[in-house]
Amino acid sequence: MSVLPLGRSRTDQELRPQQRRNRRRNLRAALLFISPWILGFLVFTLWPVLYSGYLSLTDYDVINDPNFIGLENYGQMLEDPKIRLALWNTFIYTVFSVPVHIIVSLLLAMLLNRVTGRASGFFRTVFYLPKMTPPVAIGILLLLLFNGQNGLVNGVLGWFGIPGPSWTTDPAWIQPGLIIMSLWTLGASTIILLAALQNVPQELYDSARVDGANSWQTTWRITLPMISGSLFFLTIVNTIAAFQTFTEAYTAYFGSGNSTYSNDAALFYAIYLFQQAFEFLHMGYASAMAWLLFVIVLVVTIIQMVVGRRMVYYEGDGNG
Amino acid sequence: MSRRPSAAILSVAASALLLTACATGTGGSDTASEAEFDPEAEVAGALSVMGFGTNDEIAETRLDLAKEALPEVDISLVEGDLDIQQFLSAVATGEPPELIYANRDQLGTFASRGAIIPLDRCIEGEGISIGDFREPAIAQVTLEDQVYGIPEFNQVQVVMANAGLLEDAGVGLEELDGSNWDSLAAASAKLAKDDGGKLSVIGYDSKLPEFLPLWAKANGADLISANGRTAQLDDPKVVEALEFAVGIYEEQGGFSAVKSFRDSADFFGAGNQFASNSLGAMPMEQWYINILNDVSPDASLAFTPFKAKDGTPLSFASGSAWAIPSGSANPEAACRFIKTMTQTDTWMAAAKARADVRAEEGKPFTGLFTGNATADEQIRSEFVKPVDEAKWDDAINASYEANENSFSLPANPADAEFKTAWLDAVNRVLNGQAEPAESLQQAQQEAQQALDAAWEQWDQRE
Repeated sequence: MSVLPLGRSRTDQELRPQQRRNRRRNLRAALLFISPWILGFLVFTLWPVLYSGYLSLTDYDVINDPNFIGLENYGQMLEDPKIRLALWNTFIYTVFSVPVHIIVSLLLAMLLNRVTGRASGFFRTVFYLPKMTPPVAIGILLLLLFNGQNGLVNGVLGWFGIPGPSWTTDPAWIQPGLIIMSLWTLGASTIILLAALQNVPQELYDSARVDGANSWQTTWRITLPMISGSLFFLTIVNTIAAFQTFTEAYTAYFGSGNSTYSNDAALFYAIYLFQQAFEFLHMGYASAMAWLLFVIVLVVTIIQMVVGRRMVYYEGDGNG
Repeated sequence: MSRRPSAAILSVAASALLLTACATGTGGSDTASEAEFDPEAEVAGALSVMGFGTNDEIAETRLDLAKEALPEVDISLVEGDLDIQQFLSAVATGEPPELIYANRDQLGTFASRGAIIPLDRCIEGEGISIGDFREPAIAQVTLEDQVYGIPEFNQVQVVMANAGLLEDAGVGLEELDGSNWDSLAAASAKLAKDDGGKLSVIGYDSKLPEFLPLWAKANGADLISANGRTAQLDDPKVVEALEFAVGIYEEQGGFSAVKSFRDSADFFGAGNQFASNSLGAMPMEQWYINILNDVSPDASLAFTPFKAKDGTPLSFASGSAWAIPSGSANPEAACRFIKTMTQTDTWMAAAKARADVRAEEGKPFTGLFTGNATADEQIRSEFVKPVDEAKWDDAINASYEANENSFSLPANPADAEFKTAWLDAVNRVLNGQAEPAESLQQAQQEAQQALDAAWEQWDQRE
């Protein structure tokens, strides 16, 4: 690959015929190599996405032909109280779980950053390991750990004389239980933040100490700005994941083994969407719900990007 | 963005929408409806069965007999519970299994979508003795006078109690059979215990939300009309039944406390609620008797039929059934398979296999409860023997009495939504989010809306 001088780009007119042929050949080769992915993307992602857009305008029960009904599904969503409930539950979960997830991940990463030698690898593995647990198992684990009568969480609270709540049955404590349980999978975020922390140049800390900065000041003025890119990335992906949260809550409160006992407080948007699609066979309505979720996630992400532009520092970015 | 890429994206989107609009489903294929069902005809080919597994001698014996009846047919099982997504996707793509084994309360929805075919011709052609089957079981698989499934197992409830706790509390078993709600509430209060503010014995577990239909029926009300078109969830008798059954929990510290305690028990193990003396009594499906007999045979137990307020035994029947998907490539083999699996002789062979196994293990044979009433009677008279311990005899007698006095919720095209509506209503009350009348009123609206929409589609289809 040729290197261009800064501030200059070549156009096709500036290239010689031989170079243009080489470039086209390279392009063809590149396209050939990535064609399996492109094909997979078109067939398994783009096509279903577009098709769901069409389905959202139909009455479709999975088996019979879709019947075009225009915007009726969207109109029905406005009148569906369960949509409002599910959106509210999901919003609350997102607002609380994302900051908690990132703060705890950051604290763990900072602790890990202080550990050196072989112990470092050991602890990194230990913190990442829970991430390997299947989400269904996490849902079951939630019911065991948070059982109001004999659960481990209330057992520990009991040591301190705190009578634990009914985490899995009291509507007021369902969401807190789910939010705490979401910390089970913070291993990936912790590792990402640890990598970011380890990339902060030591000279910055040395200079700050020479200038008399204390730990809080170095954390606030150096560490956080230097890892703001990673924090921003985690905020975006965890927000999207929180909006789509499904498996743990579904397993614990709606899945088999708990098929008759459900709790409105755990009705997340993705769960209601699943019910509409695969239990009630309202695939058209579920598709419209999916598009609404897409728009919400898109808007939230755009807002985060706009805000992030002002707050995130990227090393090497002239505007940083 | 420049104009060209915008135009290109819009073109792609428009083309995609046009293409998708042209796409058609493949449901409702009529391969199966053209089939000729004849008991003398030789059938061959493949038979893929979805949702059925051979996990015990009863299933194995019957499957062996089905294979004997279909010597030229290559039978393969897709084991595990029926995966609705997998099944419907298979129907939609025109490649369904030849036969499915499903819960009876799923068939109304499948039938209304055209995912399964009516079995009237299969029943007539293969000579299936539909008169042998229990009416409530048949009602659950019948939509607008057409039978869409052949019932298999039947599940009914009996009252199971801890005899030791009852004796200690001075409570008689008849006080817990449901025939007198005042006595039941008083007995529950006597049996319940707490230890330092924590529930240590559940007096009576009314098994909500799942048994609301049983409590409502005991009070003289049905959750849905017999034709499956009208929800009756806001019937004052249903409201009263819910108030009573929830009240049982309230007297014991609320549903939260009872459920947390219930969930902490080893339900299928030696530390179950009866063996650990942590439950006075509850109505429960009869299959749990075998679990208790296996894991805690020495527990102090007592059994009696659940009774309606008028004193008659009562149970809410549920269970499984066989159905043939639309587009089944081998409906003739599927029908022969169904007939063999559900006929009296096959059940008798399966019962013998089970009785032999139980005898070898030194355990009592507690009977088989099927949708086939004739088979049940013959099995009882031939294989069910008196047991040394009176409690197991009582359990068997209670189960058979419950089986003879069962009712069901009729099939309807919105059964999943209807069930969700009443379950959610009960859960709202249990969680303290709504009062019974208010919650059932909301459920009534949700259920009726779903029923109206589904029946409208059904009626238009016809």
